[in-house]
Amino acid sequence: MKSLMKNRLAWPVIALAALLLLNQIFRPDFLSLRMQDGHLYGSIIDIMRNGAPTILIALGMTLVIATRGIDLSVGAVVAIAGAASCAYIAASPEPASPVTAAMAVLIAVLAGLLLGVWNGFLVSTVGVQPIIATLVLMTAGRGIAQLITGGQIVSVSNDHYKSIGAGYLFTLPVSILITAAVFVLAAVLTRRTALGILIEAVGINPVASRLAGLRSRNIIWIVYVFSAVCAAIAGLMISSNVTAADANNAGLYIEMDAILAVVIGGTSLAGGRYTLAGTVIGAFIIQTLTTTVYTLGIPPEVTLVFKALVVITVCLLQAPKARNLLRSLKAAPKPGTKEKVAI
Amino acid sequence: MSSLSTLTPLTVKEPSPLRSRMRGGARYAPTLATLGLFIAMFAVGAGMYPSFLSGQVFLNLFIDNTFLIVLAVGMTFVILTGGIDLSVGAVVALSMMVSATLLQQGWNPAAVIFLVLVIGGGLGLLMGLIIQYFDIQPFIVTLAGMFLARGLCYVISLDSIPVTEGFFTSVAQAQIPLPGDLFVSPGVLLALAIVAAAFFILHHTRFGRTVYAIGGNEHSAMLMGLPVTRTKILVYALSGLCSAIAGVLFSFYSLSGYSLAAQGMELDAIAAVVIGGTLLTGGTGYVLGSVVGVLVLGIVQTFIAYDGTLSSWWTKIVIGGLLLAFILLQRLFARKTA
Amino acid sequence: MNEIVPVVEMTDIAIGFPGVKALDGVNFRLFQGEVHALMGENGAGKSTLIKALTGVYTIDSGTITVLGEHKQFSTPAASQAAGISTVYQEVNLCPNLTVEENVLLGREPRRRGSIDWKGVRSRTREVLAELHLNHVDPGSLLSSHSIAVQQLIAIARSVEINAKVLILDEPTSSLDADEVNQLFRVIRDLRDRGVAILFVSHFLEQVYEISDRMTVLRNGKLVGEYLTRDLSRMGLISKMIGKEMEALAELDQAPARTRARTGSEVTPFVEARGLGRKGSVSNVDLSIYPGEVVGLAGLLGAGRTEIARLFFGADKADEGSIRVKGVSQRIRSPRTAIDKRIGFCSEDRKEEGLIGDLSVRDNLMLAMQASKGWARRIPRRVQDELVAEYIATLDIRPANPDALIRNLSGGNQQKVLLARWLITSPELLILDEPTRGIDIGAKTQIQKLVNKLATEGMSILFISSELEEVLRLSDRVAVIKDREMVAEIKNDDVSVEDVMTVIAGGTQ
Repeated sequence: MKSLMKNRLAWPVIALAALLLLNQIFRPDFLSLRMQDGHLYGSIIDIMRNGAPTILIALGMTLVIATRGIDLSVGAVVAIAGAASCAYIAASPEPASPVTAAMAVLIAVLAGLLLGVWNGFLVSTVGVQPIIATLVLMTAGRGIAQLITGGQIVSVSNDHYKSIGAGYLFTLPVSILITAAVFVLAAVLTRRTALGILIEAVGINPVASRLAGLRSRNIIWIVYVFSAVCAAIAGLMISSNVTAADANNAGLYIEMDAILAVVIGGTSLAGGRYTLAGTVIGAFIIQTLTTTVYTLGIPPEVTLVFKALVVITVCLLQAPKARNLLRSLKAAPKPGTKEKVAI
Repeated sequence: MSSLSTLTPLTVKEPSPLRSRMRGGARYAPTLATLGLFIAMFAVGAGMYPSFLSGQVFLNLFIDNTFLIVLAVGMTFVILTGGIDLSVGAVVALSMMVSATLLQQGWNPAAVIFLVLVIGGGLGLLMGLIIQYFDIQPFIVTLAGMFLARGLCYVISLDSIPVTEGFFTSVAQAQIPLPGDLFVSPGVLLALAIVAAAFFILHHTRFGRTVYAIGGNEHSAMLMGLPVTRTKILVYALSGLCSAIAGVLFSFYSLSGYSLAAQGMELDAIAAVVIGGTLLTGGTGYVLGSVVGVLVLGIVQTFIAYDGTLSSWWTKIVIGGLLLAFILLQRLFARKTA
Repeated sequence: MNEIVPVVEMTDIAIGFPGVKALDGVNFRLFQGEVHALMGENGAGKSTLIKALTGVYTIDSGTITVLGEHKQFSTPAASQAAGISTVYQEVNLCPNLTVEENVLLGREPRRRGSIDWKGVRSRTREVLAELHLNHVDPGSLLSSHSIAVQQLIAIARSVEINAKVLILDEPTSSLDADEVNQLFRVIRDLRDRGVAILFVSHFLEQVYEISDRMTVLRNGKLVGEYLTRDLSRMGLISKMIGKEMEALAELDQAPARTRARTGSEVTPFVEARGLGRKGSVSNVDLSIYPGEVVGLAGLLGAGRTEIARLFFGADKADEGSIRVKGVSQRIRSPRTAIDKRIGFCSEDRKEEGLIGDLSVRDNLMLAMQASKGWARRIPRRVQDELVAEYIATLDIRPANPDALIRNLSGGNQQKVLLARWLITSPELLILDEPTRGIDIGAKTQIQKLVNKLATEGMSILFISSELEEVLRLSDRVAVIKDREMVAEIKNDDVSVEDVMTVIAGGTQ
């Protein structure tokens, strides 16, 4: 079991290490950290801070994917959560008070909860394919966010609210701490309880799971709610970081980054076995990649092209067919085509 | 170890011809529902705004959505095989960027269009090859294709590039008169020609029937000796080609290239196909249905434009709602025929 | 006959998968105008041989000649081009297309690049008429027809190709007697026209009825080729299972256990009255007492599995009632059944039992964990104890709780699934074909286990296609026919023939 986990994480870890090393070579101070005003600074901290929303969403996405699902609506949920909280703060009589900020957070999380329940309802109760069910909210969600903000970018000035995305606590950015807390929570929730194993069971063989007495409906509901709540928290971070809600662009394409993080991290899109740690590493890889582009002096416009190439490479490396091909090139004379039909 | 083989008693239950014909009819039901919806919306529009009931309003639905029609055609092929292509919006933008840049540098418009089609088709072909030969989900491969195409747009330019070239501007302004003081754009004719070609390919060629067979049961199609691999790859190439054509049409329409253009257009295309009655699991659907799907999306926009008090974001919400309604309808039909 | 060149000749064929030699030095030949049965137990290599011939698998070594010509099939299309056509058990056609399209897909007549739909229609009618299928509307959707008709349409496709070789892989497994007769009429017809037919079936009687010659495989190796009329049924069976006959005989001498107490003074654990489900089964009256093994006898497809699924709530019953320990209950889902201490081992291990990518431990604990809910995880220490105990008692190999279950052999997988339920200490255990497709050793162990569990007071509903096995283990046998329960026989010295008579005659 341990060697298997190691095996699955090996590739992502090597990729991340290679990327970091590359940066270190080009910018010798890359890995260094320094203290300033009691805050920790450094490229690594920046990567973690900028990657926090993606990591959060990718954590939720991992569990959804493990159940054979996918959640395309997270970007829209980010927009809605940011819009709801900012609109609340902007409209409140005391826009700068901590109570208002707390209420705004509560509203955003509740919005996430509600949207997650909606997705879960479509998938588990109505039985719509996940990609389609969440496509509905992906399409309509940005409209809803614009409806909330009235089509404007809603700016707020509330220092308490701002600290979620831009503040520091115990020398570290608050967003990193929140993300770490959610990661620990998710890990404990799935591995200390039986949730993890049941999620995997549902993802690997839903029919057999049902006959073993598993209530997969509840499990599926839980993962979609968790995913949407993660997205809502990420929405809070994003909007608080810029102290504004942008219904059009907040969290744009973040579902893609999150799915990539999950895949790069070693969880199969076909569902089943998952690894949260792998997902975090996957998200770091994506974020480091963006940084690397800057470090190497490549124009930032190229980031997306770069990302696309990395995704394809990683997917090819993970594809069983490509692996077989590599293996057969190395030694074994067995043609790889057979396994596909042999299942 | 005697087996209980020889005496199985059960009577043959053949469905009555009537019943099987009705089931055949159910194939068209989702598409007919969409058509009904479109007519109803048009009628409601006409009731609310007298000027709505004009031939030109109807034709404008085509003129304003030529590119979406072409995209939906390509997407229909892909979805019929049970796949999905998320790259189409980005390929549209890339095509526009390439055309605008090259035209600015004084290239011949015919050469530009040819090159754009090659790029779009080539990108689709590449994605199809990866999907097929490495057995990676279409969803993830076309997602990477989307990143690649969008990234190439950024590499070309972050700014909007105007198109001032003669041929493009004249096509953009051209109006083809129809009887009754009506007109359409040349793009509409091209889009309709593509729809007609797609209809012919899907219903009257072996390639088209193989597309349906793959969507029905890919394993069976393989065992029946059909060219599954080739067909699946071609379908993505076709979708890439359609995206490139849509990009050229969009260039005619907007006379510019902008790297952020056509964002989320893949969603519109998918929505149009689904609303048009094509099952996302593949195997069932009609390209004409997808066209009606585009018209429904178009009429929603027209409605909101006519109303004046409704903000533009209602379009997204309504499309999301329609998508939901049709998905639920599909579920209902699937349950009934199962 | 030996002077004639065989249509198909396969020599010294070998195919291996990671860890398994599926075929090892097998020879096979098929002549024009014969029905040749390919015989062997599950896993003997029958389907691998067929897939080698149809181009689904590529062979590792050996030669294939078709009409004297060397062939190397890398795709199904290549095999079909050589005149070999296959009809699979699970009807490999496209349900979303019409009958005529399925018959002609990929070979539609064309006129100037466009499919000639009129030609398609008339050609289909011709072919259907040849198979006496005039009542089938060529324009109707394939999915609107029964499996039997779909199978005949698949054969129509082969006829249309003018196939020289027709392979029928378990074609009768979901057909009834009339349908089998219709199919056999078509097969004989094709044989007389000179088509070489390869017939695979696990129904012995059908094989004797239709085949002229047979090739027997065992464990991926060739046992021999025989003329059907020269080989007795017993001879065939012993060739199929090899030496293992003795192991079976040993079980027959297993000590009989004391019969469970039944009757009006004892409350049955479960009691069904008029239980049924629309379109599935109806009219099931069945009681199972504590410590009793009740066998379900009936033909494959008679409704045995359907009844089991109703008891377990896998399908919802819509008529009749179930009482558990004398109290009326509605069993709406597997979960409710499990709460009532009922367990169910499905016949379809792979699709309905195993969670392939999880370990033996997780698979063992699944039902118990599911009934506790996700929030209350069974402590690892408790898991380890239980898992170790059941691995030892049931002799599960490898005895490694962390092994992935998909890497275990069929017999060991079945034991894990049994253990999954035993851990929940059920009062009623429903076993649907628990010994199918597993090796004889594991089979004997499972049969002994059933005896032991019943002796300890568990109620067991036992389903098997092997009537001997049912009779050996059961206190009572419920006979299922035409999706209804037609008789209940107390098992004191009942013979296989007695039960067969009931099934054949339907004596109430």
